[in-house]
Amino acid sequence: MTPPSYPHRHLLGIEPLEPAHIQAVLDTAEALREVLDRPIKKVPALRGKTVVNLFYEPSTRTRASFEIAEKVLSADSLSIATSTSSVQKGETLLDTAKNLEAMNPDMIVLRHSASGAPHFLARHCRSAIVNAGDGAHEHPTQALLDALTLRQKKGRLEGLRVAIIGDVMHSRVARSNVWLLTKMGASVVLCAPPTLMPPGIETLASVTYRIEEAVEGADAIMMLRLQQERMTGGYFPTVREYHARFGLTAERARRAGKDVVILHPGPMNRGVEIASEVADGPYSVILDQVTNGVAVRMAVLYLLLGGAET
Amino acid sequence: MSGRLLLKGGRVIDPGRSLDADLDLLLVDGQVAELDVRVAARGAEVVDMAGLVVCPGFIDLHTHLREPGREDKETIATGTRAAAAGGFTAVCAMPNTEPVNDQAGITRAILETARREGAARVWPIGAITRGSRGEELAEYGDLREAGCVAVSDDGRPVASARVMRRALEYAKAFDLTVIDHCEEPTLAQGASMNEGPVATRLGLRGAPGVAEAMVVERDVMLAELTASKVHIAHASTAAAVDAVRRGKARGVRVSAEATPHHLLLTDEAVRTSEYDTATKMNPPLRAEEDRQALLQGLRDGAIDCIATDHAPHTVDDKKVEYDQAAFGIVGLETAVALCLDRLVAPGLLGLARLIELLSTRPAALLGLPGGTLAPGSPADVTVLDLARRAKVDPARFLSKGRNTPFGGWTLRGAPVMTIVGGRIVFGTRR
Repeated sequence: MTPPSYPHRHLLGIEPLEPAHIQAVLDTAEALREVLDRPIKKVPALRGKTVVNLFYEPSTRTRASFEIAEKVLSADSLSIATSTSSVQKGETLLDTAKNLEAMNPDMIVLRHSASGAPHFLARHCRSAIVNAGDGAHEHPTQALLDALTLRQKKGRLEGLRVAIIGDVMHSRVARSNVWLLTKMGASVVLCAPPTLMPPGIETLASVTYRIEEAVEGADAIMMLRLQQERMTGGYFPTVREYHARFGLTAERARRAGKDVVILHPGPMNRGVEIASEVADGPYSVILDQVTNGVAVRMAVLYLLLGGAET
Repeated sequence: MSGRLLLKGGRVIDPGRSLDADLDLLLVDGQVAELDVRVAARGAEVVDMAGLVVCPGFIDLHTHLREPGREDKETIATGTRAAAAGGFTAVCAMPNTEPVNDQAGITRAILETARREGAARVWPIGAITRGSRGEELAEYGDLREAGCVAVSDDGRPVASARVMRRALEYAKAFDLTVIDHCEEPTLAQGASMNEGPVATRLGLRGAPGVAEAMVVERDVMLAELTASKVHIAHASTAAAVDAVRRGKARGVRVSAEATPHHLLLTDEAVRTSEYDTATKMNPPLRAEEDRQALLQGLRDGAIDCIATDHAPHTVDDKKVEYDQAAFGIVGLETAVALCLDRLVAPGLLGLARLIELLSTRPAALLGLPGGTLAPGSPADVTVLDLARRAKVDPARFLSKGRNTPFGGWTLRGAPVMTIVGGRIVFGTRR
């Protein structure tokens, strides 16, 4: 396979990517996904490469997904999960990364609560850096797996109308998806209570406070997780009202286009941002997202670690 | 100070006296003795000033010297050497040291160290409230007597309007100006940059400009109510400039300063630098319309002076994730050159106006000696070379702080000699 062109050393976000680079990752993921259906799910593409998964925030899906992708591609990998609160009492992020680097890894996959943490590492480290989610900034592999899922289900990204609904303010998933979808020619409408809509976001996508308006005629609906600490943060009066006014119910989902697909990056709060009957319903592609997550991360690893040489 | 120094043939600009002419300046025993077309040396050491600009010494109203308590970040010795190298003959030292300068004993200790080790003059600023906690007033009478020239809780706002009102009232008894760091804390909580589209793109929590402006409005109203003097530290928003301008128009005794970084950079710098913590300070870099309003304020007088908010930090305080990094950047060694290159050279500001903003007005605002070259005034002189071109190299700073977003900038125009009390504290004779 001739690898498509991906000229970057790191994957820090979707914002700096050109459409052709996004295309390259998606095409590579498409090609590599076949490996996951084989009886023996292993190719030697990254044999001899070392990847460190450095997770400063809890994560089930993203970490497992990276780990599986690394194993399928035969990379040697290790995962370090640590609490972000160690800054005061323990080692700094930079010291941790430098110590890991002394063991000569080829790549660090970083999940961190501070926006810009991957850029900070990229500036001070030799390894290739993959952003596995930084603060409220970006979560590029999530947007890529969402795009791969949409492309499979809809056959295209261009011209799609996508509604992104929920806590946009604190969501790195929303930001990465806004960049990716608008770069690929889709139109995005964001919906949240005004208290959870980040100032100035209207320069990047259209905005509504009415969920009915957002889902009307949508080809895809992406629901965002409402984090626990936001539920009591004074952003809205009660979880009950949040669900009543901004939750995706079956009735609201029916306003969308007839072949709408419904995505959620997980983990879901059933009965808060999404009703169970929608999450488990026929339009939900939530589990396809998870499978595609492995394929997309394989593609990112492959493109960044120069798998073409093997 | 003793000795005689003759600065020969420089272009002397003294905005307070509308003076701009090629003159000789004779300094004797720490004072300006004579200023004329031709002054005889009469045994004085002669320094050739041909081609240079000679002006009253620059005074920084807003410096963090960090001593006592945080000598790892800066000391009175290193901070004043940095000041001298940057063309400042005097700095006003903010009280947020450890302990806070809220007592006469601390003020006296600072002045004692400054007398012993200082390259430039140090004018201490006392705290508005004990421990700068925003609750009980500090002892202004004692602070004034010990040598404080103003009071401020800088670094923190005076959150309570009642406390601010009392501070303004009480300060009148000792002719002290209250300098406020204007920020509504509940709106700015947890922020590491300006709120707006850039913060949203970067996923960083922002403080809205109104968090500053509403407190400026409050302070102007309280200064009016109390007929007292308030000075707005580091004004950074268009709305703050506007509030000051309106206050002045109706006779309120309000003044304001702006920093070089707010005059030259916007929050875009956080993005283009990819989260470089040298772009993190409080108040944060704002939007372009705010920057334009500050420039307008410099021209029309809404802004009285340029102050550095020199805030040195250790490498460790800054070499961390953006939201964990300390607020503030160093400014003493870059301020004058930045203003000459980016404000005066492109014609945004006249040279005499710049000198007024850096010397005449700061002296007048706090009633400090200096700010003029009138005979009898202190022999504090800043000498500029408008043609000198230099690259900002943080590694060569005399300050302990290296935290600047201006590293690598090539600037034309620089301070080349600084004279304090008739003594050359920076620069070489030609």
